[in-house]
Amino acid sequence: MIRLCLSLLLSLACLPATAALQVFATAPEWAALVREIGGDKVSIYTATTALQDIHRITAKPSLLAQARRAQLVVATGAELEIGWLPLVLRDSGNAGIQPGQPGYFEAARYVTLLDVPAVLDRAQGDVHAAGNPHIQLDPRNLFRIGEALAVRMGELDPPNAAAYQAAYKTFAEKWRAAIARWEKEAAPLRGVPVLVHHASFLYLSNWLGLKETGTLEPKPGVEPSSGQLTALLARQQNVPAKMVLRTAYQSDGPSLWIAGKAGIPAVMLPFTVGGTPEAGDLFGLFDDTVRRLLKGLN
Amino acid sequence: MLHKPFAVAALLAASCGAQAASDADLAAIRSQIDEMKKSYEQRIAALEQKLSQAEARSAANPPAAAPVAVEGRPQAVASASSSASAFNPEVSLVLQGQYNQMKNVPNRTITGFWPTEDGTNQRGFSVNETELMFAANIDPYWRGQAILSVQGDSVEVEEAWVRTLALGSGLGIKGGRFKSGIGYLNEQHAHTWDFANAPLMYNVLFGPSASYVEDGLQFKWLAPTPLFVEFGAEIGRGAAYPGSDSNKNGSGAGALYAHVGDDVGVSSSWRAGVSYLKTSANDRQADFVDVNGATAQGTFNGNTDTWIADFVWKWAPNGNPKYQNFKFQSEYFVRQDKGDLSCAGLASACDPLAAGAAVSGSYDTRQSGWYAQGVYQFTPEWRAGLRYDQLDSGSQNLGANAAYLIVPDYKPQRATAMVDYSWSEFSRARLQYAQDKSMQGVTDNQLTLQYIMSLGAHGAHTF
Repeated sequence: MIRLCLSLLLSLACLPATAALQVFATAPEWAALVREIGGDKVSIYTATTALQDIHRITAKPSLLAQARRAQLVVATGAELEIGWLPLVLRDSGNAGIQPGQPGYFEAARYVTLLDVPAVLDRAQGDVHAAGNPHIQLDPRNLFRIGEALAVRMGELDPPNAAAYQAAYKTFAEKWRAAIARWEKEAAPLRGVPVLVHHASFLYLSNWLGLKETGTLEPKPGVEPSSGQLTALLARQQNVPAKMVLRTAYQSDGPSLWIAGKAGIPAVMLPFTVGGTPEAGDLFGLFDDTVRRLLKGLN
Repeated sequence: MLHKPFAVAALLAASCGAQAASDADLAAIRSQIDEMKKSYEQRIAALEQKLSQAEARSAANPPAAAPVAVEGRPQAVASASSSASAFNPEVSLVLQGQYNQMKNVPNRTITGFWPTEDGTNQRGFSVNETELMFAANIDPYWRGQAILSVQGDSVEVEEAWVRTLALGSGLGIKGGRFKSGIGYLNEQHAHTWDFANAPLMYNVLFGPSASYVEDGLQFKWLAPTPLFVEFGAEIGRGAAYPGSDSNKNGSGAGALYAHVGDDVGVSSSWRAGVSYLKTSANDRQADFVDVNGATAQGTFNGNTDTWIADFVWKWAPNGNPKYQNFKFQSEYFVRQDKGDLSCAGLASACDPLAAGAAVSGSYDTRQSGWYAQGVYQFTPEWRAGLRYDQLDSGSQNLGANAAYLIVPDYKPQRATAMVDYSWSEFSRARLQYAQDKSMQGVTDNQLTLQYIMSLGAHGAHTF
């Protein structure tokens, strides 16, 4: 027993002695971006996976333990993680990652948010006051976020600041070329009408010119009802959508139902890194997203 | 005098010369000034133009939207609201009401345990307490929260505390009135319970409020390990049951607890804890039943030790609780009262001659109990749950009073089933059925229909 206690104490004492910048990313896309900028100079913990609805996570013990050790928290912001992140940050006892500190980074602060509600009323469903928070699906947003993130990582880890800057520049160049390629490949998608399960793809649609003609959820965050699906199906006569989109974490039932009735493909998109086997990193995420959309079109 | 004419001539000459020079110079100076004036006017005009251009530019592009990086730091896009109301605290209001169908038992107590006043004999329609919560960061160092509960025409301060934000090193200090961190359910408010009422053990431990609330200080420390390890210590007034307000210097109660927790794979997470609470009571009173069936008043002076062990397991496919999830929770307690009980009551067994006499004796008890519950959410809207409660009146040594008071040896039990429906994260309706055998000789089949709605700030998803 004594030996067990001693070894436990020793391991406690030895733990913080890691050199890498400890990053706590709320979502896989931010973990992937930190990886592009930080390479092997950072140690990353990702709080959620692509198969989880990031809005519905609870402040579980593992998150508290990881936040306690983090030097930098990279979050989406715009109230996406409002149910659990504020609680995790406060209860972590970690002064450096509190909002307003350099150790707290909110990606949504560096992009122009779309769909900012004019009226805040929960009768409109689970609306976010700051605007739609699913910003990662417009790849152009990653320039501003990545640039700011590289600066922030440099502030927290000055010896590697130049390396972070250089890695960001390399990433940005590759990213610019990739965006040009995706935009070329996705040209046939411009103006294509689509149905979406939830307002998850607003930034993707905005980027590629997809036309969202309806949402399976009657209100954001409210599960698709049979009434809503029937109404969408009826509207399909006049405004025919070409496919119905959902994320990897949303249930497939509603989109398969409407796809079967309307004779259009139901397309599951990775939504974030890890959503499909092909979406292994940020480049894979958009490669696979564009590929799946084009496949749905044909 | 020889010098004088020369001097005059020189003076004249000089003055003539000066006159001639000043004419030419003046013209030159004038032209120079004119030139300078002209060039300054031009410069001023140029500067004015530049200024107005800059002003126009900055008006067209507010700095919030300017994409230019300043001092190498990219500008945040989100514009800060300038209105004073942006600093208003988070406000939320919880509305709860219910319909109860059960037996009419005027003085409900749990047989075999210290008889606390029980407010649960409310049948038919009723509105539960309405909770009003305010919370905000006070400054970079402090956060404050107050929860007021309104029931009938009285307002009670359920919680009112401040806590540190910037201590670091895993430390957190809370001061004020707060729900103690002991056990699992103790910190949770009624509107977050998975059943319409608290487990029996919480009623036995802390009375009708089913939660130990402390006026004092809480210290918490989270270990810097990948495994969640948290320690807590509390000191305070200790006025709430099982203690009593002793109005003394120093601390009236203390609590210690430790929690560990982790994930198992991606789908499961758990937390386990042990807690200890020490309280002391001065003249804690309750109505007992004497050997003749009459009411006798018992007054306790002494200390109470409470140990709680708690365990929670949560499971969701892929760790995504939205569509399906399962939650198991269980808690176990042992409580010891050590002290003296004096028994009084006109014409009771302790005072048969109604002479104002009292019988004093020791009061040593060791009692225990537990509950276990499982709640399964099988669609985003529907959940169903089962709970089983059991208590053990254990050993009760009443010393001299054993001859005068009834000391029932009993194992109270209750089985509860519930199903609830949530329209959204903010609204829920619940139907609950319970078979309650917490009173000896009474089997009470209780039906509860309730609603719980919250409006305002988004609630926290606690584990």
